[in-house]
Amino acid sequence: MTGARWRRRWRRRLAEPRTLFAKLWDQHRVADLPGGAALIAIDRIFLHERTGAAALGGLKAAGRSVADPARVFCVMDHIVDTRPGRDDRTLMPGGQAFITETRAAAREAGLTLFDVTDPDQGIVHVVSPELGIVLPGATLVAPDSHTCTQGALGALAWGIGSSEAEHAMATGTLRVATPRTMRVTYTGKLGRGVTPKDMILALIARHEAGGGKGHVVEFAGEAVTALDMEGRMTLCNMATEFAAMTGVIAPDEATFDYLAGRRYAPRGAAWDRAVAHWRTLATDPGASFDAELEIDAAALEPMVSWGTSPEHSVAISGAVPGDAGDRPLAYMGLRPGEALAGLPIDAAFIGSCTNSRLSDLRRAAALLTGRRVAPGVKALCVPGSSAVKRAAEAEGLDKVFTEAGFEWRESGCSMCFYAGGESFPAGSRVVSSTNRNFEGRQGPGIRTHVASPETVVASAIAGRIADPRAIGEGADA
Amino acid sequence: MPEPLTTHTGVAAPLLRDNIDTDAIIPSREMKTTGKTGLAEGLFAGWRYLAPGTRDPDPSFVLNQPAYAGATILLGGSNFGCGSSREHAVWALAEFGIRAVIATSFAPIFFGNCVRNGICPAVLPPEAVAEIAAAAEAGSQVSLDVEAGTVSLADGRTWSFSLEAEARAMLTEGLDAIDLTLKLRDRIAAFHARDRAERPWIYLEEQA
Ligand code: SF4
Repeated sequence: MTGARWRRRWRRRLAEPRTLFAKLWDQHRVADLPGGAALIAIDRIFLHERTGAAALGGLKAAGRSVADPARVFCVMDHIVDTRPGRDDRTLMPGGQAFITETRAAAREAGLTLFDVTDPDQGIVHVVSPELGIVLPGATLVAPDSHTCTQGALGALAWGIGSSEAEHAMATGTLRVATPRTMRVTYTGKLGRGVTPKDMILALIARHEAGGGKGHVVEFAGEAVTALDMEGRMTLCNMATEFAAMTGVIAPDEATFDYLAGRRYAPRGAAWDRAVAHWRTLATDPGASFDAELEIDAAALEPMVSWGTSPEHSVAISGAVPGDAGDRPLAYMGLRPGEALAGLPIDAAFIGSCTNSRLSDLRRAAALLTGRRVAPGVKALCVPGSSAVKRAAEAEGLDKVFTEAGFEWRESGCSMCFYAGGESFPAGSRVVSSTNRNFEGRQGPGIRTHVASPETVVASAIAGRIADPRAIGEGADA
Repeated sequence: MPEPLTTHTGVAAPLLRDNIDTDAIIPSREMKTTGKTGLAEGLFAGWRYLAPGTRDPDPSFVLNQPAYAGATILLGGSNFGCGSSREHAVWALAEFGIRAVIATSFAPIFFGNCVRNGICPAVLPPEAVAEIAAAAEAGSQVSLDVEAGTVSLADGRTWSFSLEAEARAMLTEGLDAIDLTLKLRDRIAAFHARDRAERPWIYLEEQA
């Protein structure tokens, strides 16, 4: 295309109403590639020790280097132990090498590293917003599928493979096929005890785990704008469970308030300029999407999963569907028609990049105050970052958890996924604030029911899957 | 750099489940080294072996059945490769000898990872995958022509799948995406010059 033709097309495009996604995409389009793909500039890259050494090692083996190390970050979260007093040793067999090799490679490449004992250590998708590394209007990629979490800030943030991470580091760009767009509008207001986790589980249950396939999903509507930033992150976190490329929410005052003063966010005059730019990042009225869905948030109930895909989820007052497949039922040890509420549990887990931020811990602790975990239930709380842990401790939340019978851990991914190290006893039924209930996700034979932190706490207290709305705020101790 | 893949004929193993996730393809506990190799043994470990951590083959799993020994093609259901973005899933498949996965749909990250590692991901409608699976069960080999974008059986039945031009070129020529992109070095530099003026806050080295 000639320069003049390109400019004409460009002006036409600018005059048309555009989606938030289109604005992010156009801002980062370095070149058009054959087949409708584009070369997209990448503003931020985040690595973790599970895949970081492989990507950095691959780069080095090919004789390449990181184009702009100042914009590449690395954190230890996946394999690092979460037991108090941890160091490089981990329960995962061979896990220490992931930590030491990633550390060495990150240092050699000149990246910013949040190491095992760094005060800023934590789960990548918790740390990145916390430090203002992800920003509205930015592109951010990480070799981790839950990178979509960070779309909550109005960024185009998505998970990639290791080879793509090498590509992004070596060139500062990625070759990306233009995704389709979808808007999911949540109308109305959430009821008491119903959370962003329930919003996203309801979407996936209704429209299936493949329902958002390849789309960039914009979450919009009254119930979305009413969410605080941490709630928005929970919502976007599970876009990948909907098979979406990512989720995104238009930045607004809540976003700017959240980011102001964070370490890597702009300051002074640059801040004002940035905010002026960020205010333009909303879908124009009349812009069209490839697909639109609507959900009445006011009609939602707390959700809980019964099977081995997040689409296998129902309202907590519901039951295992009559037409549930044999395989998930056999794995989960359930029968068609069986009620979810009242199922005895062995363990309760609060943690993960979905639901382990300070507001999650506060809401969980509010229900837990003065109550105790049912006898025989193993309960764990793993803060999403070291900063969340410190803030929670400053408010005394750790005491609420430990006095109720929860273990209180160092921050990390912990038992959100099983890497051969720590797990629950085989076959345990676990209510978990995480995002995946796949076979074996939390360990061999572990039966995971994903739910909100509130539902996890209510269930931990009851010793069975329980509706958090049935109990009020905790009794005073 | 992956080996070029233009045409391929081989044994196809049917694994016709939906939502086969990357944890199933390579469980986390099987990702024992920080590199990209040594993963084939852990492929489908949770299904392939009788107990976690052991190596006793489960005879009911398709890749353990004599008819599918040496399978180089996998047949799958919808949303194949969903879940974690771990590229190890594709490295494990490639090391095991898989050259193509034919499924009714793929998770996007997994799809891209296949292309980058010399495995052809082919999307066909459910009826086609079912027919191919039936033929494979009856002992027919399956052929793939990446350039033409077709899957065919020995009896002549043929189906077309679509692949973007660039993905096709990467597979058939074994091209490395980084080298392709670095040819656009000047465009990238021009972008940064413009963008730096427009969004200086993105460029952190200047704020240090
Ligand atoms: S907390 Fe779980 S889902 Fe989130 S990044 Fe860690 S392992 Fe992945």
